[in-house]
Amino acid sequence: MIMIAVHINGTIKEIQTGTTISALTNDLDVAHKKIALEINEEIIPRSQFDSRILQNGDKIEIVTAVGGG
Amino acid sequence: MDLLQIGTRSFDSRLIIGTGKYRSFEETSEAIEKSGAEIVTVAIRRTNLGQNASEPNLLDFIDLKHTTLLPNTAGCYSSGEAVRTLRLARELLDGHDLVKLEVLGDPQTLFPNVSETLIAAEQLVKDGFQVMVYTSDDPIVAKQLEDLGCVAIMPLASLIGSGMGILNPWNLTIIIESLKVPVIVDAGVGTASDAVIAMELGCDAVLMNTAIAAAQNPILMARAMKNAIQSGRDAFHAGRMPKKPYQASPSSPASGMMPPASKK
Repeated sequence: MIMIAVHINGTIKEIQTGTTISALTNDLDVAHKKIALEINEEIIPRSQFDSRILQNGDKIEIVTAVGGG
Repeated sequence: MDLLQIGTRSFDSRLIIGTGKYRSFEETSEAIEKSGAEIVTVAIRRTNLGQNASEPNLLDFIDLKHTTLLPNTAGCYSSGEAVRTLRLARELLDGHDLVKLEVLGDPQTLFPNVSETLIAAEQLVKDGFQVMVYTSDDPIVAKQLEDLGCVAIMPLASLIGSGMGILNPWNLTIIIESLKVPVIVDAGVGTASDAVIAMELGCDAVLMNTAIAAAQNPILMARAMKNAIQSGRDAFHAGRMPKKPYQASPSSPASGMMPPASKK
């Protein structure tokens, strides 16, 4: 099994090659949550989560709404 | 009906509240309800991952059927960061286009960086956002932001989170009189009387967070603010009496007085 490394919210994580965004968000237990996601500063629409395959070195940001003024 | 028209949306309530600094999501939720606010601001931040992944989310505590979310760019110090944040917010909230832009210039005072704010506003309007914008109380900048297409101009009354009240009612009045879009006091309100003064000046609405969240009893303060906004709005419409310095005027009739009592 070949592993690659990606950055998720600033933390490095090893994942299998061929991992999709959907697989990752399931693994992180955030798939059911209200999130938005960008890879290398490009927003990825939810409709592409099933098809988009993560690449070695991808910088992934996953955000949500929090309290603020 | 005295509706608040912001861009393509209209609202009954003229109080907009933030959702930060509350002691719990339950308290946030009750404060929103008691304030009567129909627009509430939220910030965009990294999702908690790992052990905290299953903790509750703010959005689970907001009645999204009756509340319009206003994602903000709090914490952004450049136009690029602010635009990026709001594009993520639009994706997060399924295409939602009403946003609050703030680009800060200094972490001590949280004063806005108006040149970066202007750049971000132009880009966001071009991107199709309806931009409500936090700015200084400079009437020239306020007009420039209106000319760029912002749907509401939101000058500070005093520093964010300071509760110092309305420091420059004169500038606010100039802004109110020179703009067509709603002028909303954002930041600095400390207690109900500050909100009344803002509305009496002719502001279209007031946005606040700390004044409610940091009150000893936030729920009661939320109600106080709801009443203050309504009182100030009514007083603005009613039109106050002219001030007559040093000229007393009795409220009771001067005639019909009994003669002085005889001395016994």
